[in-house]
Amino acid sequence: MNPTDVPTQTRLDHLLGLADDALVAAQRLGEWVAAAPELEEDVALANIALDQLGAARLLLTYAGELEGAGRDEDALAYLRDDREFRNALLVELPNGDFAVTMAKLLFVSAYQLPLYTALTGCTDERLAAIAGKARKEVAYHLDHASLWTVRLGDGTEESHRRMQAAVDEIWPYTHELFTPDPAAPVDPAGLRDAFLAAVEPVLATATLDRPADGWAPSGGRSGLHTEHLSYLLAEMQVLHRAHPGARW
Amino acid sequence: MYGHDFPGPDDGPADGLLEQVEAAEVALRAAADRGRPGVADGPAADTDPQHYFTALIEADQKIEPRDWMPDAYRKTLIRQIAQHAHSEIIGMQPEGNWISRAPSLGRKAILLAKVQDEAGHGLYLYAAAETLGVTRDELVELLLTGRQKYSSIFNYPTLGWADVGAIGWLVDGAAIVNQVPLCRCSYGPYARAMIRVCKEESFHQRQGYEILHRLASGTPAQRAMAQDAVDRWWYPSLAMFGPPDTDSTHSQQSMAWKIKRFSNDDLRQRFVDMCVQQAGVLDLRLPDPDLRWNEQRQAYDYTQPDYAELMRVISGDGPCNRQRIDHRRRAHADGSWVREAAAAYTAKRQREDRPAVAA
Repeated sequence: MNPTDVPTQTRLDHLLGLADDALVAAQRLGEWVAAAPELEEDVALANIALDQLGAARLLLTYAGELEGAGRDEDALAYLRDDREFRNALLVELPNGDFAVTMAKLLFVSAYQLPLYTALTGCTDERLAAIAGKARKEVAYHLDHASLWTVRLGDGTEESHRRMQAAVDEIWPYTHELFTPDPAAPVDPAGLRDAFLAAVEPVLATATLDRPADGWAPSGGRSGLHTEHLSYLLAEMQVLHRAHPGARW
Repeated sequence: MYGHDFPGPDDGPADGLLEQVEAAEVALRAAADRGRPGVADGPAADTDPQHYFTALIEADQKIEPRDWMPDAYRKTLIRQIAQHAHSEIIGMQPEGNWISRAPSLGRKAILLAKVQDEAGHGLYLYAAAETLGVTRDELVELLLTGRQKYSSIFNYPTLGWADVGAIGWLVDGAAIVNQVPLCRCSYGPYARAMIRVCKEESFHQRQGYEILHRLASGTPAQRAMAQDAVDRWWYPSLAMFGPPDTDSTHSQQSMAWKIKRFSNDDLRQRFVDMCVQQAGVLDLRLPDPDLRWNEQRQAYDYTQPDYAELMRVISGDGPCNRQRIDHRRRAHADGSWVREAAAAYTAKRQREDRPAVAA
């Protein structure tokens, strides 16, 4: 769809959906720093957090310009409340153990990769350019999460049990990612096949069962979140909000 | 050079030090080009190894892992490099404390990258220590059981955002003053590691300085936050250079071995002289009423840090010793099932002769 045919508010909501997924994912990954299972993983998780944060900043800046109300990336990140955030529920879920974090990363990157790939061909040139940069980074995230899913699934009895539990816990939240939205620059409904094509072989190699589809919690894209998001935002926004108008 | 004047944040506070790092790198290459005393591949068979070792040190050549070295030299280096690596790892905590609350996305990105660098420095330094015949696992065990130390500075809390700035400016600044001479350390792998580490540290110091610069020229509350952080971090930063020369146990032998090149008090003085000028540019006050220029010494007179406090913190009774080591132990323990899984996975692949995914 040509972006000029879509109302600005709708375009804004789509941009914020992309941006908030990346921002909230970065915030969660940042919680791992200095607590990862090994030093190499501290480096890797910080790296992935930085990628997501970088994409979020580009998208928020663009959203602010499109809106034309003078809001920059920080105004959008720090001064919106949870009901104004448009991220999917999956990214705001707590980190859990390392298996839960890897399940979240596997699923979100297996969604973001075909999404960004498709967006590189969309008619919105600025969005296409951001997607082109983010796509390369997300390919690495998917690779990293896939390798860990396989190692943990096919590692020890304990790691297998934890990885299966993590996949079972997070799987329901993947459905929201593919809710049909014909007005979006790329309709997410068309991405689920690519997602399954990436995820199912990883689960099989990891000797993990692919969970049955059933419960499909949603609401994030319209601002109805889990209880977790407002805590995440309270922490993220506390200092910025304590000093209105200050520059940092 | 240490009294390097810099007019504003754009020039960065550590440029003079960075020049010294680059000079050390040039000297390292020049020494390699000059070649070692004796034959190219080491001493002739009948050379006394102790004499050859001394000759290498005297010729400002680097000792390499394959060279004979006195046990005490090896042990001193293992202790020093491991402590340095541990400091990078524990040092991730006080700054990591502010990643989630960084007040702008730009600051959040820079802080994440900085803490990531520290993990990278830790990895790099553990690898340098491993060239001396210990394993990283052994060193981590020594840290977790308290048998090896880390820099006492990280046992102080980061209570506000400005503390991130003060750590960058003062703590990283002190670390650079300490570490720049180590770029000329006689042990090759450590000297080379320090060249790389110092280059990144100068970026860290700059970001800390910029944080404080922004706060000091911001709202009254931001300014107060910056001054409070400088007030709390100044003396602990001075203590980072260790006890006064009269009480320093390791110094003399390390100087002879060219592991250490300047005394604790010399380095502390350089740091003070550097900071006074920078504090002036920041328009922040260093919390020392007796700080004044001494024309005769061509250096600033200053109040010594409380060395009794330093000893208390080193021996385990600082504000955050327990918290820092508990956190590291917990992360290590919580990660054990992950490391075991990775090892089990690799072992299975080897048994089945199937390609393993790389760790």
